[in-house]
Amino acid sequence: MDLTALLLSRLQFAFTVSFHIVYPSFTIGLAAWLTVLEALHLWTGRPAYRQVFEFWLKIFGIAFGLGVVSGIVMAFEFGTNWSELSRMSGPIQGPLLSYETFTAFALEASFFGILLFGRSRVAPWFYLFSTAMVALGTTLSAFWIMVNNSWMQVPVGYVVENGQFVPDDWTAIIFSPVVWVRFPHMLLAAYLTGAFCVAATGAWYLLRQVFHAEARIMLRMGLGLAAVLLPFQLLFGHLNGEYIVHRQPSKMAAIEARWHDQKPASEVLLAWPDVAHQKNLFAITLPAPFGSLIDSDSLSAAEVGLDSIPPQNRPPVLIPFFSFRIMVGCWLIMLFISWVGSYLAHKSSLEQNRPLLWVTFLSFPLPFIAILTGWFTAEVGRQPWVIYGMLRTADALTPFLTIEAATISLFVFCAVYIFIFAFGAFYIHRLLRAGPVGLLVLPPTAATPNRPMSVVHEQRTAEVLHVPAGE
Amino acid sequence: MVWFWAALLAISILLYVLLDGFDLGVGMLFGVARGELPRRAMMNAVAPIWDGNETWLVVSGVTLWGTFPLVYSIVMSAFYLPVLLMLAGLILRGVAFEYRHQTLRTRRIWDASFVGGSLVAAFMQGLMVGALVEGLPIADGRYAGGVFGWLTPFAVLCGIGLCVGYALLGACWLVRKCEGDVREKAYRLIPYLSLVLVVFLIVVFAYALAENLPVMNRWIERPYLFVFPFIGVLAAIMLALSVQRRQDGPPFVTVTVIFLAAFCTLVISFWPFMIPFAVTIEQAAAPHSSLAFMFWFAGIIVFPLMLIYTAISLAVFRGKVDRTVTHY
Repeated sequence: MDLTALLLSRLQFAFTVSFHIVYPSFTIGLAAWLTVLEALHLWTGRPAYRQVFEFWLKIFGIAFGLGVVSGIVMAFEFGTNWSELSRMSGPIQGPLLSYETFTAFALEASFFGILLFGRSRVAPWFYLFSTAMVALGTTLSAFWIMVNNSWMQVPVGYVVENGQFVPDDWTAIIFSPVVWVRFPHMLLAAYLTGAFCVAATGAWYLLRQVFHAEARIMLRMGLGLAAVLLPFQLLFGHLNGEYIVHRQPSKMAAIEARWHDQKPASEVLLAWPDVAHQKNLFAITLPAPFGSLIDSDSLSAAEVGLDSIPPQNRPPVLIPFFSFRIMVGCWLIMLFISWVGSYLAHKSSLEQNRPLLWVTFLSFPLPFIAILTGWFTAEVGRQPWVIYGMLRTADALTPFLTIEAATISLFVFCAVYIFIFAFGAFYIHRLLRAGPVGLLVLPPTAATPNRPMSVVHEQRTAEVLHVPAGE
Repeated sequence: MVWFWAALLAISILLYVLLDGFDLGVGMLFGVARGELPRRAMMNAVAPIWDGNETWLVVSGVTLWGTFPLVYSIVMSAFYLPVLLMLAGLILRGVAFEYRHQTLRTRRIWDASFVGGSLVAAFMQGLMVGALVEGLPIADGRYAGGVFGWLTPFAVLCGIGLCVGYALLGACWLVRKCEGDVREKAYRLIPYLSLVLVVFLIVVFAYALAENLPVMNRWIERPYLFVFPFIGVLAAIMLALSVQRRQDGPPFVTVTVIFLAAFCTLVISFWPFMIPFAVTIEQAAAPHSSLAFMFWFAGIIVFPLMLIYTAISLAVFRGKVDRTVTHY
């Protein structure tokens, strides 16, 4: 493939947005989990819940900060690289993203301050309320982003006037059925991410034989929550498939590597799609009607193949095909770990089962991989469209963008992000390793509503105390 | 509705310039400070609020996209490299606040990224304003000037000018927030910075006359515009007086007034154009259905809340920093 400004811009957007999504998907889940912990603490009065809360609040601070910083870039990238898109769809996407900024800013900024330094200044119920409001803020943020992206997947509620998409029915845009299967899918993914990171941390402590009480809470709550949520995730994933079959047949054909129309259809489980010859090599296939059953809940439904999509409208096949399978694979492994773990927890032998603790500890990348590959499936599968069926990605690009400019920006973003990510990851790792050491009620004197990462400084005190405790 | 959003956008941008202006300014002055103690005091003077200040940039950005998509698409795509460098600068200086305190060995890296990031971001902002004032080549609703179409002596001059302006704002903020050496040094810097700023304004004026920029005609047509420079001059005199008397509060207020006067001068000299002499507010506005959708909740409820929140956060962290913060 030639190195064009288009390709470079796509790479840049893919890189910056993938980098960004890692942090929100972690903090959305974490915020909800913090709310649960605080409620449990109020209800049971157990100090361990409080200990775990304070600990994860610090991690939340850094991840939140990196999410904000990497999110700023997104707000400008639409205009710099995709000026045709922003000019044409601005009347719809602009207000949606404005709502995202306005609502998230108002809620998160106000209540995050109370979370960080207001514990001793407000009533316990109000502190819990503030935690819930921060969680609501992150959730609303995700909601608006999903409304925005769902509109790009399945545009509704608009008319085209003077080359612009003009909204004529906001209710249709916001309450589009596509939003209401994709938003829960993303929200569940975020909760699973939080659950697995927490469980993995708990497993790590148990393996190192430190912080037993806190680690037990983390491990059991994390795996338990995941065990309950994972089946629902399958359900919403399936519902996503239904909208894709009806509204984006070309994406479904690519995901399934289905080269020809079939009625009823078979299901390719694994294969190497040979794009040049339009067939699958080394295919492991379930015979018909499994394909129709999975895609359309029917024994006889016809499924669209790539050959009935005009060549200029076909998406790439390899990326949607494999990323979808990686996502499902991650789901399967997570299901296995969480169910076995919950069963062992029920038998009270979870904490002694070192192999499972190891597996759980090593599983923390799975939800991130699943989220990234899920988004690759959704976004690459939508190609060659940026607004499905309406605007091609190639036509959305800033028309006069040069290869030189695009190369410079891609390079600068990669360098800056890798630089700050490396340090951010290092600081989170240091916090996690130090663990929930015994310093309760530390109102960080200089921690502020607008400065989430300032909590991190408490770390220095914490580490000092931890060293004599021994590892 | 269009005017409501134009006004709201103007307020957001103005708030951004004033708020992030002083903390970018402090970032630049950080470079001339020597020794760890003054540097800490300077950082603490802006640390609690910089993040909230920068949020106004995002608010301005997305509001511009939602309400005036044409302007957003032209400006962002025209200023491809300046926007990129501004964002990179803002990111690097932003993380410096937090990372600097995590380490002793690599502190120099974060000090450099704090100063450099602030400088680059401020310069790019001034450069973009300058290029807009001079006029971007626009054809058929799109930018038509090439990769470096914005790079003119005038734009570079404005970039330097804004750096000086922000540094002045930053120095006044330090006078207000700090004590001892930092305060004294800032006091000594203010006259120089003001002088450079005045020279800059004269040069800009002369340049505009010499090049016969279209904006000059507007001034001849609308003599009442001179009220704003006049307010600016008054504020400058007040600034000189308060600096001489070493009054900590007024300098920041007077420089704010100068910025306000300059902002109003700019806005009104180009009225009703958003991209000078190419795109008007009416032409650029999003369809009514978009503006109304934003108006009924984001505009009349959330926006006032955000203003109140900003005011509260500034009020909470008022006063001298050395007494209120003992953290670092």
